[in-house]
Amino acid sequence: MTAPGDAGFAPGSIVRVRNDWPERSGPCHVRTPHYLRGRSGTVQRLLGRFPNPEDLAFGRPAPSRALYHVLFEQPPVWQEGRPGDELLVEVFEHWLEPAGAESRAATGAAS
Amino acid sequence: MSAPVRSDSPGKLAALIAALTAKGIVTEDELEASEAQTDRASPEIGARMVARAWLDAAWRRLLLSDGTAAAEAIGVSMAGAPPLGVLEDTARRHHLIVCTLCSCYPRAVLGYPPHWYKSFAYRARAVRDPRGLLAEWGTSLADGVEVRVVDSTADYRWMVLPVRPAGTEGWDEDRLTALVTRDVLVGVSLPQAIPAGAESG
Repeated sequence: MTAPGDAGFAPGSIVRVRNDWPERSGPCHVRTPHYLRGRSGTVQRLLGRFPNPEDLAFGRPAPSRALYHVLFEQPPVWQEGRPGDELLVEVFEHWLEPAGAESRAATGAAS
Repeated sequence: MSAPVRSDSPGKLAALIAALTAKGIVTEDELEASEAQTDRASPEIGARMVARAWLDAAWRRLLLSDGTAAAEAIGVSMAGAPPLGVLEDTARRHHLIVCTLCSCYPRAVLGYPPHWYKSFAYRARAVRDPRGLLAEWGTSLADGVEVRVVDSTADYRWMVLPVRPAGTEGWDEDRLTALVTRDVLVGVSLPQAIPAGAESG
């Protein structure tokens, strides 16, 4: 994981949740839900900076990381939803990467 | 359902507390203070915050911009509690709160979470099929209302500020507070105005 810079994501930025699965490499504590890996959403706002729970859980020094509220369209993340419905989720900056309109349309289901 | 309680759970808890106190990470007094704080909290705190927001525009702005400051302004200790965020329902949007990863819940203003909030079924279905879940709860949304599911995954705790129901014009804070249940504050139910005279029925 790259350390987050201070540049950050402005409200309205289209971002993609990293399609990473650190669970496959050994014990970890991740606060990014599986169902969002690889999905694109829109940054609503910066919530603040908080010690990284992935370090805190193992008693390691935990540098603060930016935490965003990110808005996702309910379908296509879940097909049971109705168009127009949304998911609003807290995601740490090191789990986000910039995404344009093109990659948003192309987001596939995480394996 | 949530994981069953195993018969060795109390023993493990005692061993964990002993290890944490031995290392000086927590003291018995701190644990008791924390437990007492949650014991004192109840959904009535959140309900009163909502009722006040329905009556006082300046308070409403404070509640929506900084839930922690709003709670402290009415005497709720938020020391050590995660920041509180309050999400405003409108005529076009309904919020539903869940924690899919565990059971994050705004204990400082709602008390202990109900068992269903921690169940695998609620946690899975709230994000996957929120409208089906709401229907089973007997909650029907008006046409044109969009659902925004809030997955409480990290450092904030969230509470809903519902729309003030019709038929409550002229009601005072106590009467409005009584309409706002724990389920309303999580977003699985909507506040319903009880007709005058039917309250004690």
